[in-house]
Amino acid sequence: MTYREAVRAALRKALRGDPRVFLMGEDVGRYGGAFAVSHGLLGEFGPERIRDTPLSESVFVGAGIGAALGGMRPIVEIMTVNFSMLAMDQILNNAATLRHMSGGQFSVPLVVRIATGGGRQMAAQHSNSLEVWYAHIPGIKVLTPATVTDAYGMLLGAIPEPDPVFIFEHATLYPLEGDVDETAKIADINRAAVRRAGRDVSLITYGGTLGKTLQAAELLAAESIDAEVIDLRSLRPLDTAAILDSVAKTHRAVIVDEGWKTGSFAGEVSAQIMELGFDDLDAPVARVCSAEVPMPYAKHLETAALPQVEGIVNAARNMVPRHG
Amino acid sequence: MSANIVSETLPVNQEHALFLFQEMLRIRRFEEKAAEMYSLQKIHGFLHLYIGEEATGVGAMQAFTPDDAIVATYREHGHALARGMQAPVLMAEMFGKATGCSHGHGGSMHFFDASRRFYGGYAIVGGGLPIAVGLALADKMQGRKRVTACFFGDGAVAEGEFHESMNLAALWKLPVAFLCENNLYAMGTALVRHQSQTNISLKARAYNMESGAVDGMDVLAVEAAAKRAAEFVRSGNGPFLLELQTYRFRAHSMADPDLYRTKEEIEEWKKRDPIPLFKFRLQEWGYLNESDMVRIESEISAEIEEAVRFAEISPEEPIEDLLKDVSTQVKP
Repeated sequence: MTYREAVRAALRKALRGDPRVFLMGEDVGRYGGAFAVSHGLLGEFGPERIRDTPLSESVFVGAGIGAALGGMRPIVEIMTVNFSMLAMDQILNNAATLRHMSGGQFSVPLVVRIATGGGRQMAAQHSNSLEVWYAHIPGIKVLTPATVTDAYGMLLGAIPEPDPVFIFEHATLYPLEGDVDETAKIADINRAAVRRAGRDVSLITYGGTLGKTLQAAELLAAESIDAEVIDLRSLRPLDTAAILDSVAKTHRAVIVDEGWKTGSFAGEVSAQIMELGFDDLDAPVARVCSAEVPMPYAKHLETAALPQVEGIVNAARNMVPRHG
Repeated sequence: MSANIVSETLPVNQEHALFLFQEMLRIRRFEEKAAEMYSLQKIHGFLHLYIGEEATGVGAMQAFTPDDAIVATYREHGHALARGMQAPVLMAEMFGKATGCSHGHGGSMHFFDASRRFYGGYAIVGGGLPIAVGLALADKMQGRKRVTACFFGDGAVAEGEFHESMNLAALWKLPVAFLCENNLYAMGTALVRHQSQTNISLKARAYNMESGAVDGMDVLAVEAAAKRAAEFVRSGNGPFLLELQTYRFRAHSMADPDLYRTKEEIEEWKKRDPIPLFKFRLQEWGYLNESDMVRIESEISAEIEEAVRFAEISPEEPIEDLLKDVSTQVKP
């Protein structure tokens, strides 16, 4: 099935499994979802549980928080991460704070799914990767499923969480094909995964750039550079141990992240390696991020702005000593 | 009843009338003490006093049952007390103590009490409204006949969250009583300087929502109007916007030099102070004499002294627990 179908299958399973679960967001019902993720769910579950909302990000995210406080298990869809900025008050000031600010009296079991990322010529207001802004906030979890299996498993893993979980679905992944074991037990949403084992350099990434990073690893293999690919899967909590384990083995790290380089999540990963794994490093940590520019529309410019396979290969090649 | 001033009051018996009076006086004395504690640097951060607005919170709260939910603002001492939260845990919260209603994490602006369905003080103006909409959505989806009471000020009416919340609550016919405490100032900006339409209750019409306005200095009028609003909502008719027209006698917060309004204006409003106004009526009706008054003042004074004592002697939250409530502690 596709990544899109995997998210839908997880939504269906969650809706069937718990009457408190409902989906709400812009065009999730009759339209079937801007990315067709929720296509068909309205017919199966009805308008009470598949709720089309007005274009009011602040109130439908806030209503998700309130409904969670009121005993429901809401799943809120935000059409793009850029639109999520309109709900940032509710996310930062309410969802993330209520538990602590109330002295532990309230928790907010809310799941928010957000489409993210560039690469589809959607220009400057629909193409950002702002996961790092979310990962900055204590009190929430930030997940970035990069595979079809994780699209399914991590959503189901998020539903029983007692605190708010934000799931970033890179929009280029929706047509991705893969296998899903629907009978598998709920995925661990807190751990990174080694997607390719290697000895020479750690390529650390998440979400939409996993595919490019794996391609880069294959090209590097042709040059006898054995790259390990780490998929972070969760940005908060961050599986620092997995990063350090990999760097302890390879002694080199390239972080690939579609966010702008300045203040990027790659910067955070780099800092963690520096603080906790400095003695393991044989080369400075490198980052492959987006260019510091509002995302351009024209294909060649957008391609140049985003991390690409060639840039990842170059970054890795530059830090691995020549063999022979 | 859209945009009409509701002036009629319910018949009131002596016991209930005295209860309302004592509730208002208790809030007034509690906050006077809080201001004193702020001056003594026992309370820090922001302290927003409700003095002058007691009739709105006390009157309105009578319309809601323990099953209903309350969402309030950062000026919520009055709502918390009127909801039944106890003065000692509120004072301890403002002292930043572990025994405070939010373990000292919230302070004056963030009182919470799960047992009383008091969903908190929200310090981003308008930020509580979407939460109230969601609480009401949960009730509606679960078939519970509850109402969510959502307090906010006139300043919130300028926020997008007000308009988004009004629209969604009306569209989905959610059981929210929107209670706008219009004290005529958004911090220091007068209503006429921040609203193109200063008739707040009229705004409900744009959302096809029922509304009304009431003299917020008259506790009985507020109670009657709030009860009608709450019953309207409870009967499944969707939300209701009630504007409570009031005035704050003190500055916006303790940090506010109050330069944006005249002393004459404040003095004019103080003539309508809800507490002496109601006291006069109680005396007229023969419900209250001077010896009752001495007894009531002394009981309230004892309660508040006890609150201060409790706050003083209470322990602080241990620093080891700094991160404890950031996320739910999952038992392995």
